[in-house]
Amino acid sequence: MITAAAFYIFAFVLIAAATMVVTSRNPVHSVLFLILAFFNAAALMLIAGAEFLAMILVIVYVGAVAVLFLFVVMMLDIDFARLREGFQRYLPIGGVVGLILLLELALVIGTWTTATEASDLRLAPNPGGGVSNTKALGQILYTDYVYLFQIAGLVLLVAMIGAIVLTHRRRPGTKRQDVAAQIARSGSVNLEQVPTGVGIGELGIRRPTLPEAPKPKQVEHADHHGGHH
Amino acid sequence: MDGFLSTPVGILAITVAQTLALLVPVLIAVAYLTLAERKVLAAMQMRKGPNVVGPFGLLQPFADAGKMLMKETIIPSGSSRLLFIMAPMLTFLLAMIAWAVIPVQDGWAIADINVGILYLFAISSLGVYGIIIAGWASNSKYAFLGALRSAAQMVSYEVSMGFVIVTVILCVGSQNLSDIVRAQENVWFFIPLFPMFIIFFVSTLAETNRAPFDLPEGESELVAGFFVEYSSMSFALFFLGEYANMILMSALTTILFLGGWHPPIHAEPFTWIPGFVWFALKICLCLFVFIWVRATFPRYRYDQLMRLGWKVFLPFSLLWLVITAAVLKLTGWLPA
Repeated sequence: MITAAAFYIFAFVLIAAATMVVTSRNPVHSVLFLILAFFNAAALMLIAGAEFLAMILVIVYVGAVAVLFLFVVMMLDIDFARLREGFQRYLPIGGVVGLILLLELALVIGTWTTATEASDLRLAPNPGGGVSNTKALGQILYTDYVYLFQIAGLVLLVAMIGAIVLTHRRRPGTKRQDVAAQIARSGSVNLEQVPTGVGIGELGIRRPTLPEAPKPKQVEHADHHGGHH
Repeated sequence: MDGFLSTPVGILAITVAQTLALLVPVLIAVAYLTLAERKVLAAMQMRKGPNVVGPFGLLQPFADAGKMLMKETIIPSGSSRLLFIMAPMLTFLLAMIAWAVIPVQDGWAIADINVGILYLFAISSLGVYGIIIAGWASNSKYAFLGALRSAAQMVSYEVSMGFVIVTVILCVGSQNLSDIVRAQENVWFFIPLFPMFIIFFVSTLAETNRAPFDLPEGESELVAGFFVEYSSMSFALFFLGEYANMILMSALTTILFLGGWHPPIHAEPFTWIPGFVWFALKICLCLFVFIWVRATFPRYRYDQLMRLGWKVFLPFSLLWLVITAAVLKLTGWLPA
């Protein structure tokens, strides 16, 4: 009974939040509603018994992806009045495109058939026999489908390298800190044990002499001497 | 009596009692951590610290709390009202709900869940929202800059923290926090995994926005960072949330590396002391180091902070993870 009530509450909030994502006027609020939607989806997974997936959803999507999302959206400077300018003019053609997509979706879903055994597999995140959800997922990913998993990782690696190669460039003339060179420089770091409560001058520890600072250029105003305002 | 405790209402009552039994000491610890920090910093700087309110200044936290309550709550006119009020609540809430899975002693966790460590990691990665929402909702340049810094910083350091946690999970073979502590009965993980212990501790400093990584609130350039616009109780909630997070992260360090409730040696004088006292003592040790670090190191520059996270900690923790996995596999120590 309690589980069912929790399910309906989370499902309702999830759908409400998802609706608010697309309808709210402020994009920052949209992202925040998206985060709420992720949360409720994680809660639904918990109810289904997929505890590992629920936690990973929160860690990856809410904890990292949505943060970057929010980061970008907050810094965007969107003029809402201009965004809504062409709304009336583009409504008919947008409506037609939407209608076509809806029809296509209806056609696809209309011919959807499920395997007879599928209903047993559905909502069964634990294979039984005391094997936890995490272990079951690991078995599938790292034992049964290990090569496919590795290939997926490789594709992501290529994408990552591509993104770095495309965006990274070394600009000439910028000064970078080379920490290794700094530390390796002889005499750059001196550690000295000093007794507390005594001034450094009294201990006779010599500070390194600084290079002589360039003298500020003397401005000649001979006739204005003594004329401080 | 037994019949009542197994009804839904009874279970609820037990959970509420357990929660209070955990959170009240945590909140008192938060109050006294603020005092301890000022006292320890004062001792390290050869001052006396707060010593006027009560004996040795022991009532200072309550005086501070009373002062905070009396102040006027100011909400800036240009702010996003609801989010502005929500942000400190969120920070404080997250710092509290994480305690649900912490095993204070063997079998003393309120919720002894299978994926306890992931739950803690998830909650700690949500902490950034309190800060980023506060920064945005304040509609102030300084607050926003602080929030942006904080978001980038916390996301960066979570990556290496994740690898450290994976290494520990590898050595234990379970994601349950109690199992992690039980696996350290003979040898605490900070000995075999010493470099990871250091990385984890430094990452917790960055994760809780403590010195030397307190750039989000760097007072010398951002006034007070993301909570410039906050006053009164909403400011106090941020403050308490930050300190509660420090205690939480110390608890996590204790569980992962310092053997949780286990005494250092399983022999007579040490075993007289109950496990939760050992747990609390280890947390106090971590907290002392937190404060010690604050008294010792100057604040990092932002590019240095990013370099440390991405170019030092990330490759190193990844390498150490691979080495650990290989050693466990080759020696046959890999837990089933």
